[in-house]
Amino acid sequence: MTKNLRVKTSKFIDETYKVSFKFNGTTYYGYKGDTLASALLANDIHLVGRSFKYHRPRGIMTAGSEEPNAIVQLHNNTSRTEPNVRATEIEIYEGLEASSQNCWPSVNFDIAGINNFLSPVLPAGFYYKTFMWPASFWEKYEYFIRKSAGLGKSPTEPDPDIYEHKYIHSDVLVVGAGISGVIAAKTAAKNGFKTLLVDEKSYIGGSTIYQNSENFKINNQISSSWLEKEINEIKKFETLEIKTRTSVAAFHGYNFLLARENLTDHLPLDQRKNKTRHRLLKIRAKKVIMATGSLERPLIFDNNDRPGIMLSSAIEKYANLFGVACGEKNVLFTNNDSAYEAAISLYKKGINIEAIIDNREQIDSKLIKETEKNNIKIYKGYTVVNTTGYKRISKISIMQLSKDGQKVVGSKISIACDCLGISGGWTPAVHLFTQSGGKLKFRDEDQVFIPDIYPSDQISIGSCNGDFTLDEILTDISNKLKSFLNIKKTDYENLEVQSSFNKSKRNIWLLPSDKVIGKTKPFVDYQNDATAKDIKLALREGFRSIEHVKRYTTTGMGTDQGKLGNMHALGIISETAGSKMGELGTTTFRPPYTPLAFGTIVGRNVGEYFDIFRRTPIHDWHVKNKAEFENVGQWKRAWYYPKDDENMHEAVQRESKAARDSAGILDASTLGKIDIQGTDASEFLNRVYTNAWSKLAIGKCRYGLMLNEDGMVYDDGVTTRLDENHYIMTTTTGGAATVLGKLEDYLQTEWPELDVYLTSVTDHYATVSVCGPNSKKIVSQVIPDLDFSDESFPHMSFKNAKIGKINCRVMRISFTGEHSYEINIQANYGKSVWEKCMEIGKEFNITPYGTETMHLLRAEKGFIIVGQDTDATMTPIDLQMDWIVSKKKYDFIGKRSLYRSDTIREDRKQLVGLLTENPNEVLEEGAQIVTDIEKSPIEMLGHVTSSYYSPNLKKSIALGVVKGGKNMIGRKLIIPMENKQINVIVSDPVFLDKENKRLNA
Amino acid sequence: MFIINCPYCGEREQSEFKAGGEAHIDRPKQPTELSDDQWAEYLFMRKNIKGIQFERWVHTHGCRKWFNVVRDTSNDNIKAVYKMGEKPPINNDKEFKS
Repeated sequence: MTKNLRVKTSKFIDETYKVSFKFNGTTYYGYKGDTLASALLANDIHLVGRSFKYHRPRGIMTAGSEEPNAIVQLHNNTSRTEPNVRATEIEIYEGLEASSQNCWPSVNFDIAGINNFLSPVLPAGFYYKTFMWPASFWEKYEYFIRKSAGLGKSPTEPDPDIYEHKYIHSDVLVVGAGISGVIAAKTAAKNGFKTLLVDEKSYIGGSTIYQNSENFKINNQISSSWLEKEINEIKKFETLEIKTRTSVAAFHGYNFLLARENLTDHLPLDQRKNKTRHRLLKIRAKKVIMATGSLERPLIFDNNDRPGIMLSSAIEKYANLFGVACGEKNVLFTNNDSAYEAAISLYKKGINIEAIIDNREQIDSKLIKETEKNNIKIYKGYTVVNTTGYKRISKISIMQLSKDGQKVVGSKISIACDCLGISGGWTPAVHLFTQSGGKLKFRDEDQVFIPDIYPSDQISIGSCNGDFTLDEILTDISNKLKSFLNIKKTDYENLEVQSSFNKSKRNIWLLPSDKVIGKTKPFVDYQNDATAKDIKLALREGFRSIEHVKRYTTTGMGTDQGKLGNMHALGIISETAGSKMGELGTTTFRPPYTPLAFGTIVGRNVGEYFDIFRRTPIHDWHVKNKAEFENVGQWKRAWYYPKDDENMHEAVQRESKAARDSAGILDASTLGKIDIQGTDASEFLNRVYTNAWSKLAIGKCRYGLMLNEDGMVYDDGVTTRLDENHYIMTTTTGGAATVLGKLEDYLQTEWPELDVYLTSVTDHYATVSVCGPNSKKIVSQVIPDLDFSDESFPHMSFKNAKIGKINCRVMRISFTGEHSYEINIQANYGKSVWEKCMEIGKEFNITPYGTETMHLLRAEKGFIIVGQDTDATMTPIDLQMDWIVSKKKYDFIGKRSLYRSDTIREDRKQLVGLLTENPNEVLEEGAQIVTDIEKSPIEMLGHVTSSYYSPNLKKSIALGVVKGGKNMIGRKLIIPMENKQINVIVSDPVFLDKENKRLNA
Repeated sequence: MFIINCPYCGEREQSEFKAGGEAHIDRPKQPTELSDDQWAEYLFMRKNIKGIQFERWVHTHGCRKWFNVVRDTSNDNIKAVYKMGEKPPINNDKEFKS
């Protein structure tokens, strides 16, 4: 039977509202206001998980987001299941189901717990060292390692929740709503600043709000009552927005912060429907006030990780805020006064304290005296050397410290306990500050890193700035806010503060033991099971940089990013290596401060909103006619149109044959179209294309190849001269935006003197391309008024025409090698023109074809596709397209690069045709091409870039790039495949109609 | 994410802009008269400074204008923005550092 450790009513807990929840299958009860951790502790449950490497039993250690151990899986086997949830953060609700992670078959009996006894053979770097050899075995090792490791399970179904993103612009952002944050927010809001106050917890007031002690007073009121009044006041300001359950994840430059506002995680599942779960806030603040507080440090001694060992501040919080005793026989172990605050709180609630172990010898502060008055035994100058109890601490052994703190002396004393609170002083939460680019300085007197240089308009106040005691926080806060906000006065000048806290502290990073270090397990990083021993081993093995030690030992690399133990790791390194902490620096704190769900990061950009896509004006027709689609850039392009039960190959063979035998029709609307106007338009084209443009007559079209300045092919397309100073350029579908960008760049930065204007008109026109021997018969009926004779309308020319009353441009250009026309018409008429072509073309078996057939047809003709047959290493010479490079022009983009020592090499990869010895064998695109298969290592000559079975030539054809290929026509090469080798003959890349008879027919 | 003061539009989020590499590298007027080495110097060699760097930016999702930015690459602080063709407002690195 479990016990009830709820001791006293707390006003933060609603005891009239009972909540039932399940943990590892058993039903428990808590109250509204409980976290999963406080509810478990009230039921006397400490053991909640197993550690990552040694599978040691672990319990709840903290009461906040820094928790390393108590991470659980929520709602197993549902679409809402979530791993790595900190039990200390999740608020309980009716129906909550949580289970332990990293254990099998159960948290009470975990088979991998054997690792704990194997730990002498599992030192730091064990996996690196052991599984390095032989390399080919890694796949086998990995399977077993993955099985035995891993924190939690990810969901296998789509996330049912809604997430969203929101931008917020504020004058002042205050991060953290403890006493400093509340004071700062009130001051800013009262002075008219649009202020946002955020805190990761469900309540505001930080730790002061539950510190109900006569020892801490402001203006003669108990600090918590004083703060409560302030909080009631700030809620009235219209200039102030308060967001609780909102955790700042990242602090970037220029005061840009990301925060996660948690809206439904505390609600029962049936109340979450249609509500936004998380909101990712993108905050741009003119000024940022960091009041993120501080984290209590653990103490590092042998077996300091047992369930029941907790931070002393956490024990205090569970007692004061939740009314929960963490044990019945409590012992506190400390190096400073904080534990006495906890002791007094516990005592007042009637919670038993067996003893306090203090590693300081000379101590006599007011808090200590009060503790002694209550008959609590204090061991001064002692340290804990060991603990026992496998699944729950049952006993500690203590010994006296030597004067220098390096050794233990005297005899061991045993103390029975079921809960040990440890307090190693405080570490300012500077994670966000350093993320923003802030620089820290090391304060020797109490061994803390505090903010030093601010990279933007921000300040840190309160304990995140190293001001730990109430009087330290409050004495200077008024002046700080006045100068930061540039205001004359605040409500907080001359506060009367009473604080009994004495700052003395005896900092020993690794406490001495009666055993040699090799026989101890003093954990530094609880989540990743890194011990002080591992850190020392890393140093012995020669690691010096803190970043290297971190990666080798995995200290600080868990989901908690080592919030508890990082400082100790630094301390142990500096002590062992004999360097100064300040000079050692810290590891880099990276966003997010606490983990974010993928859903939160993605927001609404899921499903069909994941990426935008563009549809042509004819798209609906393609859908209706069962087209399969292909993504090209952001466009959805018709890929092929399967009829009946056709597969892709059959459809493409039929479409290709129809286009050459009679007529085919293609939606070419996606090609980029750039309108070019201005008196220097011709000169501009001369400079950007490799061929000459000045003499192109009005009404004529020309194919152009565009290079980068390094001489490599960048884009291609047909440009038409519409008028003296007016051209329309087509680009590849995927290249439209970047080509326009590049042309704009040259116009604005290199040639501002040119009178040229560029306008993207891609979306303004629909383009219907009709090709094949019967294309003229069809298009001349669609546009009956136009003269289609070869004399009047030859290949590579253009005419303005009208379809009914609608203007259109007709180009006789071809990418297939067939006689072919492209009708360009205002986009919203595109579909009706397409349908008209289909209707008239019926008697000629006009066949719609998609991108796959287009690729096949152009490959028969040896036309390249930029990006498929080229990569960024192909010059026009490599492509055997010397004919398009003007010898006469003085300059064009990329010209000089065409005769660099590298580009004139004869053995560059060059584009060639490839014919298989067996005409039915189709090559795989991307396959390697070699000549000598016996030679080792085999020399790779190149690869296949395009490959198809041509129904028109009745054989397999391919294009490929081959070193020195130009001079290899007729040679036999080999394509080695997994189970066979294919012999190919190098050929001319033009397979069909080299004389262009079809084009001009 | 920093904020860039576009000389044509004013302050806008970085996500509206695209970086275009080092500024003040003029395309040679007579490339054909350059040696391979001289051409390579123009084509490939770029500074990669930790500190004050002169760079080109374009307001892609705005006015689409190119302009120059003086940025400290060690902390992303922007010291100056100025239009294409204009001289840098200050040339001396030391002046920026102060």
